[in-house]
Formats: sequence, C-alpha cells, structure tokens
Amino acid sequence: MGAKDDPSSLNRRSLLRAGLAGAAVTTTGGAALAQARPEPAKPDPMVTEIQDWNRFLGPGVEAAPYGKPSKFEKDVIRRNVGWLTAGTESSINFTPIHELDGIITPNGVCFERHHGGVAEIDPAMHRLMINGLVEKPLVFTMDDLKRFPGRVNRPYFLECAANGGMEWKGAQLNGVQFTHGMIHNVWYTGIPLKTVLNEAGIKSNGKWLLVEGADAAAMTRSIPIEKALDDCMIAWAMNGEALRAEQGYPLRIVVPGWEGNMWVKWLRRIEVGDQPWAQREETSKYTDLLADGRARRHTWVMDAKSVVTNPSPQKPLKYKGPNVLTGLAWSGRGAISRVDVSVDGGRNWQSARIDGPAMPLCLTRFYVDFDWNGQELMIQSRAMDSTGYVQPSKEALRKVRGLNSIYHNNGIQTWLVRANGETENVEIS
Amino acid sequence: MSRFRNIARAFGLVVALTGQALPQAAQPQPAKVGLGRAALPEEIKAWDIDVRPDGLGAPVGKGTVKKGEELFLAQCAACHGEFGEAVGRWPVLVGGRGSLKADSPEKTIGSYWPDASTVFDYIRRAMPFGNARSLSDDDVYALTAFLLNMNEVVKDDFVLTNENIATVKMPNASAFYEDDRTTAEKHFWAEACMKNCKTGEVRVTGHARVIDVTPDGKSGPRVE
Repeated sequence: MGAKDDPSSLNRRSLLRAGLAGAAVTTTGGAALAQARPEPAKPDPMVTEIQDWNRFLGPGVEAAPYGKPSKFEKDVIRRNVGWLTAGTESSINFTPIHELDGIITPNGVCFERHHGGVAEIDPAMHRLMINGLVEKPLVFTMDDLKRFPGRVNRPYFLECAANGGMEWKGAQLNGVQFTHGMIHNVWYTGIPLKTVLNEAGIKSNGKWLLVEGADAAAMTRSIPIEKALDDCMIAWAMNGEALRAEQGYPLRIVVPGWEGNMWVKWLRRIEVGDQPWAQREETSKYTDLLADGRARRHTWVMDAKSVVTNPSPQKPLKYKGPNVLTGLAWSGRGAISRVDVSVDGGRNWQSARIDGPAMPLCLTRFYVDFDWNGQELMIQSRAMDSTGYVQPSKEALRKVRGLNSIYHNNGIQTWLVRANGETENVEIS
Repeated sequence: MSRFRNIARAFGLVVALTGQALPQAAQPQPAKVGLGRAALPEEIKAWDIDVRPDGLGAPVGKGTVKKGEELFLAQCAACHGEFGEAVGRWPVLVGGRGSLKADSPEKTIGSYWPDASTVFDYIRRAMPFGNARSLSDDDVYALTAFLLNMNEVVKDDFVLTNENIATVKMPNASAFYEDDRTTAEKHFWAEACMKNCKTGEVRVTGHARVIDVTPDGKSGPRVE
C-alpha cells in the first residue's frame, strides 16, 4: 500500500494501516501511532511558568451583565459577501456553521436575511391583527399573546431557500459558512398559530393566509391553511430568551420545514383568504426557474440535505492521525434517518454516527471519527430522511432542474482535502 | 392496543357522565379564550393594503404612463436606472424577454413576473426603498403603468386603474406551475448505493471560483 491507495473506507483500522504503510512503519495497530508522538524538546512554558490569569484577579460579576463569548472566539461571527447584494439592508449574512457543534445555533450567530433592514420595535407598540375571512377580526398586544393557554417549545431549522444558490453553476465560494450557512436551528417558544386563528374564527372558505411583517419591506407570504393549522407557530422567544431584533423581535411566524422566506419576522398581520396573493416574494422571487424556461412555484418544503462542516475550507485538517469529521443534516419532510459519508468522492459510503436527538424538521449532528494518513480525500455526506428521500448528487439535481433555479440546491457537497490538509470546495466527476 | 382502547372508552365515559370535556380533549373546535379585541374598520383599512391578481384589494385610483415616468425618474431611477436597466446590483425591472432559457436569465417584470397586481402591491408596500408608504395610490398606479409600458405590456396611452388591473395579461404568466417535486423527482426516493457506486477515476472538474471570502484563506494550513 502506498500514498496513492484509494481511501475508500473510513474504517479506522484500514485508514490507519494505509497511513502507517505510507510512513514506512512496519508495525501495525493504533498503538504504534500513539508512540510516534514526539517527546517535547524542552518543558512547555504554558505549564512551567505561572500565567497572569493564574495570579491576578479577573473581572467580577458586574463586568458583563449580558455575557458574550470569550474574546478568543472573535472569529466566530456571521459574515456577508459584499458583492452578492446592492446594499446591506436588503441582504444576507451567513451562520459560521464550521465553528459550531451540537444542533442548537447560538442566537447571536443565527444568519440574517432582511428586505428593509432590521425593524427595531418596542413590544409595547407592537400589534398583531387577524382579518379577512374570519368571524371576528381581532387585534392582539404582545401581552395578550403571552396569556394564551397551550404555550409550546419546539426546535426547528430555518433554511433560506437560496442556501447554496450560488453553487448551481459550479463550485463558487470557498467556505461552508458561505455555501451552507443560510441556516440556523433554535428552540422557539410561542403558541400554535391555530390558537389565535381559532380565536378569530376562520370562515369555511378561508383556505390561505397572508402573513405580513411590520418592517420597511412589509414582508408578505401566502401560506396554505393546512400548513397553518398543522404545525405553524407564532413565536416570541428563541433558545429561551426573547427573539433577537434581527430575527423578528417581538414576534415571528414559525413555518417548520418550509423555506425561511415564509417565516415572516416582526409579524403584525395575518389575513385569511380564499386564494394565494401572488406577492413579490412568491412570484418574482422564490420560484424555481427550470431549464425549459418554466418555473415551479409554491416550492415550500426544504428537501433533505447535509454537509460536512469539519473539515471544510475554513477548517482544514491540521494533523495526521486521529481526527473528527462532523456535519449537519436536516429535512423539511421529516426526521433524518441516516447520514452516509464518503472520503473517495462518492465511490464508497459508510454510515456516520448520529449524536444527540434526530428530531423532525430539526438539525441533526453526525460524526465520523477517523485517522488521517495524509492522503488526498474527497469528502461528501448524504442525508436520508424518514420519508425515504435520499439527498441527490449535484449532477442528478441539475439533470432535473438545470442551472438557473437559484433556490432549493440540496445537492451533495464535495470537499477536497489535499495532502497538506488544505481543504477546498470542488466539483467532481 | 386493546388496553389503549379501554382507556379511551373509559375516558369517553367520563366525558359522557359529566357532560364536560377535560381541557384539550374531544373538542374539534376549542372554546375561545377571550383574548384580543375587535379590529376596527379604520385599523383594517390602514394595514390591509394587499392586492391580489384578481384585483381584490385594489384601491380606487388611476395613473398614466406619462405620470409614472415622471415619478420613476424622480423616485426610482437612482437605483433602477432611467430605463429600469438598474444601477449596480439593484434589481433590473425592464427587458430580458426571451432570456429565461439562457445562461444568465434576466428575470424582470416583463420577462418573468406572472401578475401585474404584484407590481402595484410591492411598490405600494415597500417602495421607494427606505421611504416606504410615501406614495399615493394614484402614484403607485402611475408607476405600475410606466413599468408595464417599459416592458411593452401596455401601450403609451394606457391608464391603469383599480377596474382594469386584473385584466392586464403578463407575458410569462403561463410559465408557472405548482411544485411537482414528489412526482418529477420521485427517483430521489430510492435505495442509496454504498459500495463501488462509481466506475472509473473520480476527477476534480471544478474549483471554488471565489476564494477570498475565507478570512485567512490565503495562507495554507500547516500539517503536523
């Protein structure tokens, strides 16, 4: 075996063997690599010298009434790509998913997408109106909403339909934050949407909702009544605290498993009607242009998708030997039932270990613990959901959708890990 | 199963005997809680500004192409360009007809949008960018008429009104169809191949074009 061996399996022992052979070590087994760990030439001053933080007092309990991450985590931030949009008020930034673990996205790094900037609304001045085909049009204050019985807490992913939209024509952006970072996953607190709809009383011909935001874009989307009565929520909290302003404070709608654009923030009005409204965001945008010039509309559900977040271009491999490959999987159609990982560009696959809950319409975390011998890898992941849907290759997706769809790109991502550990966004045959 | 049925039956019996359901049980229409207050007609009028393709919601009013052109040059051209061709990366509003199958489709009001009502509705609720709700309904009719005219949907002397907005036929209206992924992409519900899924060498066919988005991407990582 040599450096050109196909790394077809993530089996720990076989990768280990390949690595050892490449290093011309004849002994087999994991112990040999562990023994190869170099002895330090001299004592480590981090250990032998008394550090400032070990001697002097640190800040007291009043230094940070609302805590922030350690200053050493300053690079764990949302980032935008300036040239994508004309200005920052109607724009997008990206969640640093390569820096996160588990399944919950911290509130401060949840990606943002605004159409008229962040509305800053005093909750005492916020109102929710329900009108249209209802028995009694109503107006609620935030206090009213928080007095409803039947409050619920639910974890859901929110993915922008344009997540990966820049990658339809080929590999473009060299970082998982930019190729897959239009997603976040938090616990929402609120009440089922049907609770407030029931309060107004939907007339029998009420088949659609128009949900509207109070921002400078007065964002609107049409939602079919079946979804509204099924699992939609109106939420005022995320991860245990009030919604962040950029996520719709004081109130947003939660539309589980469906494209993020429908999760209208700063929710101020729900109208009941008998037809969809054909708003700008559901006609000129968020419709999927296919190769034949026709376009799918009402493509609400987010198909099953996954991506390896480490290694990835922003998180290259730095060490031979033990490494942790990890990533995220999700589906708008149900729960993630399995995630497969390949290191040979999709020739061979092995099921990853899912850790933590695999809940419906929620991010799911997977791991593959492996030893790396310095061989080039082509890493992919492939999600399967509880409906039996298998995440398609980009090739298979393009065959149906062409290159101009922009939205709903859930094709399998490939990361090329070079011999020096550098990791790159590539497309492969 | 049978045990569950028994419990359910017992529960039903309790309801029948007491004549009062326990909270959240056996009631298809839950009782109203009594929160919130009636929305007044003036309040609904203030917020309910949406306009549907069939004209529902269109306020009484009208606007000419000529008036729309004046307004457009004053209020819109700074971002959208004098002819709707766009400045920088702001949205292109005019042209693009016949480009939807091209490598770079130009999705404009004329080439893509299926409904004229959407133009009116969107300008009325969100434009001008940064000064929303500042135009009168007649101004919005005029701007919509101008944009439809620039896109060769209506003639120069057209007057758009609440009476005729639903009759404007958009060139690309017939190109939209409902999400058919569960049938057109049925083959994505399949068994997943695990071994020897590709024949021949797997080659890299494309690299990320934009690499400067990565903060410290210029220096290669060091492998120890």
